Amino acid sequence: MSTPRPSLMKLDTKASRRSTMLLEHNVIKQRRDKVGLNAFAFLFAEIIRYSQNRVLGIQDLEAKLNELGQRVGVRVFELAMWREKSVHRETRVLQTLVFINTVVWRTLFDKQADSLERSTESEDEYMITDNEPSILKFISVPKEMSSFSPGAFVSGIVEAIVRCCQCPARVTSHVVPAEGMPLRTVILLKFDKEVMDREKRLEAGK
Amino acid sequence: MIYSIFIINKAGGLIYNKDYSGSIARLSSNEALIFAGTFHGIHALASRISPAAGSDSAKDSGIQTIDTDKFRIHCFQTPTGIKLIAVTDLVHTRLTDVLTKVYGMYSDYALKNPFHNLEMPIRSELFDTKLQQLIQAS
Repeated sequence: MSTPRPSLMKLDTKASRRSTMLLEHNVIKQRRDKVGLNAFAFLFAEIIRYSQNRVLGIQDLEAKLNELGQRVGVRVFELAMWREKSVHRETRVLQTLVFINTVVWRTLFDKQADSLERSTESEDEYMITDNEPSILKFISVPKEMSSFSPGAFVSGIVEAIVRCCQCPARVTSHVVPAEGMPLRTVILLKFDKEVMDREKRLEAGK
Repeated sequence: MIYSIFIINKAGGLIYNKDYSGSIARLSSNEALIFAGTFHGIHALASRISPAAGSDSAKDSGIQTIDTDKFRIHCFQTPTGIKLIAVTDLVHTRLTDVLTKVYGMYSDYALKNPFHNLEMPIRSELFDTKLQQLIQAS
């Protein structure tokens, strides 16, 4: 019996193989890999601390997180468009909001947002509610900063997406605790005047 | 039942202390700080005078339980030098699993909280709530 010949030795470590494979992956194909929540929680906590050192005041901190979220939002929108087979880009207000509620939330947090409501007081305000935002799970805001909502990062993501869908809005996030849900976050969208006028014209023209 | 929980940081300072039984006498905050410092000291002493013949690990695990005829003090030291202490009645003989869960909660709700500074007292409502649920469940 002849012994099998040793094959040519390639300097091919598992790590280098994985990193080249990563670059050759298809962007469109849905990846099964997920980022660990703990790893992201540490990164997000450091993002908040880093921003806190560079701003004065709660409003500036929320604005800074909002800006960081916007950079993420543009990329998330692009990726979601590539990967979801059955959507086209929405341009109407209600369809955009449903798109955010379902597709975007599923891409980011692996679940759907809990509710979408229209405000009764002003007709250009809508609210997206998330009962337990997973990225805010470990954050407890101290009493002296109780008006700060770390969901400002998520509101930045939403703001970038509605802008990409041609319905620009001012988006803020508020913490509204409810029974058994101390971290319940509401994302408030206030659409610009041009968007609401356009909606009225489109509705009238139907 | 578990009477109280203390968490001591690397330097021996008290970073968390909570009583869970209404019946026993409470320590004042000053007394709690003194208790933490003293415990830190005797724990260090115990790990050095241990007669276990010098094996690879230079340091022994130090004090694990202190028994009296009315109660028992359990201590769990983490690899990072944090000591988790529980004062319980004599029913519980080893509380390592509960203290490991408390360590898990500390690493979740204190270390991942951007508003918590390391080695400083823990001021997190989520940590308080979750710890209360754990203690009442065990």
